[in-house]
Amino acid sequence: MTTIKKAVAAAAVAALVPAFAAAQGAAAQGEAPLKIGVVSFLSGAAAGPFGVPARNAAEITIEMLNGEKVPAPYATKGFGGAPLQMQLVDEAGSTTTQVTEFRNMVQRDNVDIVIGYISSGNCLAIAPVAEELKKLTVFFDCGTPRIFEDRSYKYVFRTSSTATMDSVGAAFYVRDTIKGKVKSIAGVNQNYAWGQDSWSDFEASMKQLAPGVKVATSQMPKLFAGQFNAEISTILGAKADVVHSSFWNGDLEAFILQAGPRGLFKRGTVILTTGETAMYKLADHIPDGVVLGARGPYGPYAPDNALNKWFSKTFADRYNVPPNYAAYQMTQAILGTKAAWEKAQAANGGKRPSIDQVIAAFERLTFESPAGKVEMAIGAGHQAITETAYGVAKKVKGKMTVANVKRYPATMVNPPDGVKSADWIANGFKK
Amino acid sequence: MEQFLAVLIDGIIYSAWLFVAAIGLTLIYGVMKIVNVTHGSFYALGAYAAASITGALLAKGMPPSLSYVVLLGSALLVTLVVAPLIERGILRFMYVKDEVVILLITYALFLILEDAIKLVWGVSPYFIAEPYGLLGSFDVFDLTYPYYNLILVGVAIVCGVGLAWMLGRTRTGKLLVAVIHDTEVSRAMGINVERMYLFTFTFGSLLAAIGGAFTAPTVSVVPGLGVEVIVLSFAVVVIGGLGSLPGAALGAVIVGLVRSATIHFLPQVELFVIYLVMAMVLAFRPRGLFSIAEARKI
Repeated sequence: MTTIKKAVAAAAVAALVPAFAAAQGAAAQGEAPLKIGVVSFLSGAAAGPFGVPARNAAEITIEMLNGEKVPAPYATKGFGGAPLQMQLVDEAGSTTTQVTEFRNMVQRDNVDIVIGYISSGNCLAIAPVAEELKKLTVFFDCGTPRIFEDRSYKYVFRTSSTATMDSVGAAFYVRDTIKGKVKSIAGVNQNYAWGQDSWSDFEASMKQLAPGVKVATSQMPKLFAGQFNAEISTILGAKADVVHSSFWNGDLEAFILQAGPRGLFKRGTVILTTGETAMYKLADHIPDGVVLGARGPYGPYAPDNALNKWFSKTFADRYNVPPNYAAYQMTQAILGTKAAWEKAQAANGGKRPSIDQVIAAFERLTFESPAGKVEMAIGAGHQAITETAYGVAKKVKGKMTVANVKRYPATMVNPPDGVKSADWIANGFKK
Repeated sequence: MEQFLAVLIDGIIYSAWLFVAAIGLTLIYGVMKIVNVTHGSFYALGAYAAASITGALLAKGMPPSLSYVVLLGSALLVTLVVAPLIERGILRFMYVKDEVVILLITYALFLILEDAIKLVWGVSPYFIAEPYGLLGSFDVFDLTYPYYNLILVGVAIVCGVGLAWMLGRTRTGKLLVAVIHDTEVSRAMGINVERMYLFTFTFGSLLAAIGGAFTAPTVSVVPGLGVEVIVLSFAVVVIGGLGSLPGAALGAVIVGLVRSATIHFLPQVELFVIYLVMAMVLAFRPRGLFSIAEARKI
């Protein structure tokens, strides 16, 4: 063997030995990577305001968990020491496309857990398929309460609250902040599960909190319609005291741009239940006094805890914008799944848990997130409840902030376990 | 009274938007017999070009009043770059194929352009609201409308009248009318049909881009913007009769007014009312309201 060959061989051995030792060590500790399918809008109208911030949140959360850089109680590597691998899937397209993509992830790509879905329509379509394929699936954002109210699922969890919380919270905010009697309300919501559920819960809640309130008009334009001149005219003509909108994505932004110059925001109280996603981008177009929701205690409503400091700083440093609620909810879903996984692993004597053990640990779990305490308290332990908050837009030295913030505890704005949202509201929010 | 006036104004504003979006589609079909799905892409390209160029110039201190000219210039710029490229590079090789095959080709191009838009502009929304609020507002009874809506109506009128004038009064227009009537005879008479196709495709696409550019100040410019437009434009030109300019105008007015009335008086059915109108028209006039009688060729 020549000197050169010896040197090359020595170098190869030197390079391979540590790698081999590391692999042996990993195998000995049972730390095979966990493959997480992350589904979010990467294209289409929902990508910019929701999908991409959620994707970015998944990216930094998984990266930081693998690097053991997340504060306690999530300081351990990955899930129970197992590193995480992310497989991204675009949520754009029809529900049929999403079901196909879900099957591909599970059956072809063998992902261990699926975390995703912004659209309520997609969540309603995916849940039974997840059950059929026995794949642990965690919804992070979609809002329709129908998922766990119409059926029960073993493999499906949702770590954010439903649209009921947003609508009931908005109604309580109206009760607590508007002086005098609210005589009429109007709504402009997108015509599909999310918009319909949001409006029906808000309308029912207002009828409980302001008996005799009249519905001046309820507009239900098509999702992604983009043009709302006629709807705005109708609402202006209806002269309602309160206008409720659960618009999201490009529709929310278009509505703000079109409603502002027409004076809609000056004619009464306008509530945008997802307004937080547009509050910085469209700060110049949202006048003071517009009620902004964040679908929970996210963004400007997030608590001042160590996890939130870590998350908001890491996100803002990486992407040069503050995280919006979609980003918070994605990180919340990943951390909730980690908490369940590690609880199951601890109960399993430190060994890698089975999916059934993770599910058992996930049910009724209470965990911490950058948004505070999350309780898997309803939907037979599969549906989270959190507190929520609302406030009004207020510019301070040209910077958009929220003022007159009211916080509502989780049990005040979410139904008890086993009670449907509509029944709970109709019965006067009885606990 | 106030509500009927609101129906009328909202309907006219929506009709104007629809007409500008649809007029190019009907022109291209009339001359080239192509149901051009890339029309939606040019609408989106116009909106993106307008939002990014106008936004950049406003950020550099351009007087906001010039933004209306920049909107038009942006549409012109993006169309003159992309439309001839598509027509000369791809479509001209496909004219011998069946209409359905060409429709599928334009659909494929539409999907490619959607992805190209994401590659160039990303997926984050673009906003240029300055031109929308710059001119102020006017009141009709208790309702406020920005003057910008009148610009949209003006753009629709200029596009419609301009196209009618071009077709009826200019040499190029008369040559186009000849091609619309009979391509083969036109070619035999010495008309450079290929050049007419290039002109038509570019001009029709420009109209779509103008529609997108002048809509940009009122919406969030996001991926997928062109999808909704192509569906609505198709409904309008089918109601009016494919290839008919007055048909597109009447189709846009009918759809705009019916949609507006529905939103004001029966919002529950707004979702499908446009398609209901289309179905009713096609039930009685299967080729649309202004369909052109065609000679049977033996």
